[in-house]
Amino acid sequence: MSTTEESIQAPAQATPVTKGGAVAAYIDDRLASASFTKRLLDKVFPDHWSFMLGEIALYSFIILLLSGTYLTLWFNPSMTEIIYNGSYVPLKGVKMSEAYSSTLAISFDVRGGLLMRQIHHWAALFFVAAVSVHLLRVFFTGAFRKPREINWVIGTLLLVLALLEGFAGYSLPDDLLSGTGLRIAEGIIQAIPLVGTYVAMFLFGGEFPGTDFMPRLYSIHILLIPGILLGLITVHLIMVFYQKHTQFPGPGRTESNVVGFRLFPIYMAKAGGFFFVVFGITVLIAALVTINPVWMYGPYTPSQVTAGSQPDWYIGWLDGAVRLTPNWETNILGHTLSWNILIPALIVPGIMFTALGLYPWIEAWATGDKREHHLLDRPRNAPTRTALGVMSLVFYMILVISGGNDIIAVAFNLSINQITWGFRFLLFVAPPLAFVVTKRICLGLQRSDNNKLLHGYETGRILRLPSGEFLEIHEPIGEAERAKLLAKADVIPLELPSAVDGNGVRNPKAAKSIARAKLSQWFYSDVIPTPTDEELREAAHHAEHELHQAQSHLKEIESH
Amino acid sequence: MNELEHPTGDPYGAKDGKDLVSGISVFPMEPHVPRKADIDPKAARRAERQVATMFGLSSLLIIAFVVAFVKIPNTTLITIPIIGVVNANHVAIGFTFGLSILLIGIGAIHWAKKLMPDEEVVQARHALTSPDEERKEVESSFKRGAAESGFKERKIIRRSLLGALALFPVPLVVLLRDLGPLPGTRLRETIWEEGIHLVTDATYRKIKASDIPLGGLINAVPENLLEIEHEEENLNQRGKASIIVVRMDPADIVSQQGQDWDYQGVLAFSKICTHLGCPTSLYQQRTHHLLCPCHQSTFDLSDSGYVVFGPAARRMPQLAITVDAEGYLVAQSGFNQPVGPSFWERG
Repeated sequence: MSTTEESIQAPAQATPVTKGGAVAAYIDDRLASASFTKRLLDKVFPDHWSFMLGEIALYSFIILLLSGTYLTLWFNPSMTEIIYNGSYVPLKGVKMSEAYSSTLAISFDVRGGLLMRQIHHWAALFFVAAVSVHLLRVFFTGAFRKPREINWVIGTLLLVLALLEGFAGYSLPDDLLSGTGLRIAEGIIQAIPLVGTYVAMFLFGGEFPGTDFMPRLYSIHILLIPGILLGLITVHLIMVFYQKHTQFPGPGRTESNVVGFRLFPIYMAKAGGFFFVVFGITVLIAALVTINPVWMYGPYTPSQVTAGSQPDWYIGWLDGAVRLTPNWETNILGHTLSWNILIPALIVPGIMFTALGLYPWIEAWATGDKREHHLLDRPRNAPTRTALGVMSLVFYMILVISGGNDIIAVAFNLSINQITWGFRFLLFVAPPLAFVVTKRICLGLQRSDNNKLLHGYETGRILRLPSGEFLEIHEPIGEAERAKLLAKADVIPLELPSAVDGNGVRNPKAAKSIARAKLSQWFYSDVIPTPTDEELREAAHHAEHELHQAQSHLKEIESH
Repeated sequence: MNELEHPTGDPYGAKDGKDLVSGISVFPMEPHVPRKADIDPKAARRAERQVATMFGLSSLLIIAFVVAFVKIPNTTLITIPIIGVVNANHVAIGFTFGLSILLIGIGAIHWAKKLMPDEEVVQARHALTSPDEERKEVESSFKRGAAESGFKERKIIRRSLLGALALFPVPLVVLLRDLGPLPGTRLRETIWEEGIHLVTDATYRKIKASDIPLGGLINAVPENLLEIEHEEENLNQRGKASIIVVRMDPADIVSQQGQDWDYQGVLAFSKICTHLGCPTSLYQQRTHHLLCPCHQSTFDLSDSGYVVFGPAARRMPQLAITVDAEGYLVAQSGFNQPVGPSFWERG
């Protein structure tokens, strides 16, 4: 503290020797940035491969901003119709929009244009993928728990915006595939009760496709959504920085410290280097693997479509949901409610994203856990959460696969009707099954952990004793492993309150707390306690004894 | 307080071997094992050379990139095994550029892993909750400010302000009004009318019943679409008025949406799916089923266009047709219902 005060009193006292020092002094004279900079340089981050998933998302976003800026220099979002006369011969003389023809120009006439387009598209696919897998990592390790719930919500918003941004992006070239996607989106908007047709007319400047929508979508894609994304990503990172990163349990790791490497120089080199790795790999893939060859689809016209139309992977689940929903529609007093569209495209996604965003509070409410958590859970140690996660993932995956039901039908020569019915059935049966199986696997893994703690690990060395008995030699696990396995705080389910108070009067608020306590007990049901210190001591003693016995047996065998 | 210091004096913030917060056992950090480059100067120099080589190669690749960009014409195609025929300029500049950035990244990480210190550091977390007195100070500051403003006492100011603020977004919404027209009857109308010729989609040729073989299908549009060919609205109308014309054995026709809406087994249906508006395209002549490629709604054209499978809720609208004096197919009238996807006001 005292050094800070001194520097305030005498700001220009220190005489910097180096040029860098002079620059630092110049800045500090104006911002008093020394203490912040010192903390920044010394800041410790824990190390784990899964912490790089968020980094991939961040770096992909930067790549998207860079490559996207290049594309804006040549792309023209106009729907004015022209006759194509560029260098791609098969489309010469074809009527198309300027949006599509400028995309062709980027692909064929601008040197490096195709590379930039493919970098942009691949980076978008990686961005959404990295965001999704990062979300799974945060979920399954419980990193969203107090005090990080707000950052989880920001993450959920980032995911939704990433999906919208991706969809807007691949709609812009105005090729046959993207136009079909927009037609479906417009159909979904029209289905909204009461205001649907108005919203559609206002968005598209009249009927579909019109000429107003593409320039509007362009502003949304290059300004509005990226601006919000950039703002939210900044907040997301500042919060990670300020709250300090979570860490996995291990030797020396506690709830009140953070163990790892300093930002300067280790992460400056590692994370900075990793940006170049992500960028480099994206560019190499963009150079070698064709993505979204819009020239093969042709310009959009509402009367044509290609068979086997598929959106980008991250929209697949929505397409799948739309394909699976039966053809329900109700007519009320001359008004149409299209359940076949509202349920899969608005209601189910609405529930999914709301549940996702609120999950930290749902779990905290159900468990009654109000503590701060900086040590991550190993997924097996939170069996109910892990099972809920896998259950949701299975639900999502079935929707994704359903989005390709026509591809599956063609590839395996099956009836599309039977496939669709099969997926409808699976959508309700497979997730609960996944829940049960996952929970059992987690509990099995916990038991195996306890076995390792108490009896050591199996060495694979099997002795056959003179008596004919077989014996496998167990050896105690290392300290690091022990630290990891023992870092499992015992959980206490909420106690069931009684429905009547001491005087036998019914408590009107009891029903809610009973429900909550039951939920808590369900969440923590089948919990397997970590061995106590005493059990561990006893087991260690026992193991030593066994090892001695085995060694004496060995000697006996050798002497024979 | 130094950030590396813990209040308990224990470097891990633990007491009696247990974590202060969670109560789980705390184990000391593992002793640091030096790497080869830490103890063997030769290994360190080797790592140094490796890193420098990667950075050096990266620079060379940038030069190669510029050469490739300038020298290889954008029109040269080459064949690469597995990948196929590709633009040589594209692949060359992408490969040199990508590899050169990748090498910077790998070099930097290699440097960090081999040569920078790899001993882990312990840092204390700071409390994320403010002390009670600070919270109280905030509360009193807020209360002071609120009292000074008189927001609570001066009811008339408060209410009129809230009213004004509630109306403040109104212009922001009203200003959006001219984004587009009101729906009106747009979604109910197409440019089909009585006597309009059915013409082929791409070439605008009039169609005779005999042009369509039994079991055949023709994509068609109204002849008057040609009149607005160069207008902005032409795709909007095309998106609603596109039809398919099929011909089947009149004996196969189970039902139609109106009596004598066919002409000798030639039937015309909207092409726009009643589910989400994709153009239906796959027709199976044996079953007379029409399949939408987007979500696989299937319509039976021999039976009034009813939905036999998939998410579409309504049958495909049929266009009543007949022939003119010269035998060309014409519409008896426009569609008698809105085509395309459902909407709230459709009824």
